[in-house]
Amino acid sequence: MKPINEMKLTFESRSCNEGFARSAVASFISVLDPNVEELSDIKTAVSEAVTNSIVHGYKESIGTVYIHVKIFEGAKVCIIIRDKGCGISDIGKAMEPLYTTCETGERAGLGFSIMESFMDKLKVRSKPGKGTSVTLEKSIVSKG
Amino acid sequence: MPVEIDIDEKTVTAYISGEIDHHNAAGLRNEIDEAIEFAYPEILILDFGAVTFMDSSGIGLVMGRYKLMKNLSGKIAIENAPKSIKKVMRMAGIEKLLSAEERKEKAFV
Repeated sequence: MKPINEMKLTFESRSCNEGFARSAVASFISVLDPNVEELSDIKTAVSEAVTNSIVHGYKESIGTVYIHVKIFEGAKVCIIIRDKGCGISDIGKAMEPLYTTCETGERAGLGFSIMESFMDKLKVRSKPGKGTSVTLEKSIVSKG
Repeated sequence: MPVEIDIDEKTVTAYISGEIDHHNAAGLRNEIDEAIEFAYPEILILDFGAVTFMDSSGIGLVMGRYKLMKNLSGKIAIENAPKSIKKVMRMAGIEKLLSAEERKEKAFV
């Protein structure tokens, strides 16, 4: 399927880029005229995925986070967020609500749950040692 | 400052503003905890009225403060959370901290 519009973004896995990443994606899809809730859902899901790449994928090191946004006919948005970090050995476990590897108790373990419930579709592919790729899909329905 | 803190006899109120994500949660946490450890309040109020964005880092922030207040036998309440932020809180079941506010009375969990 060929997108009617697309955008690619790469940036360093520094936490100060989390806000930039979600705002950039939100600006790009704003041509579809999403409502406040749709935009906020997408920003939140993107923020969760990007934070996962920064915190879990690359941990203490600095790598590159890749975002590819495709817009298809019918206002369908597809956002692919990819890193070349450590990968996830057990995706099923990582996606369980409240599961977290954080021991300080300051991370809720709800990243994937939020992506899943705020978007129409969530797909995750990962290879330990190679990286993780998350695909988020949502149709913007508010328009018209 | 993304957080302004009021301390009175029994209460610490943290007026949080702007965006709560992984990047700025640590700074917020430090300031709020400093106030708690300074005043040992009975009640911690987190006011989300000026928060424009929050992801699950905000849930971590609330849950961490909830545990801290519980250890001090204190209580915590959330006030003025905008709709989009309530939606994120609902994911964690922490809307219990909100429901009192929605009934327009003050009760604490």
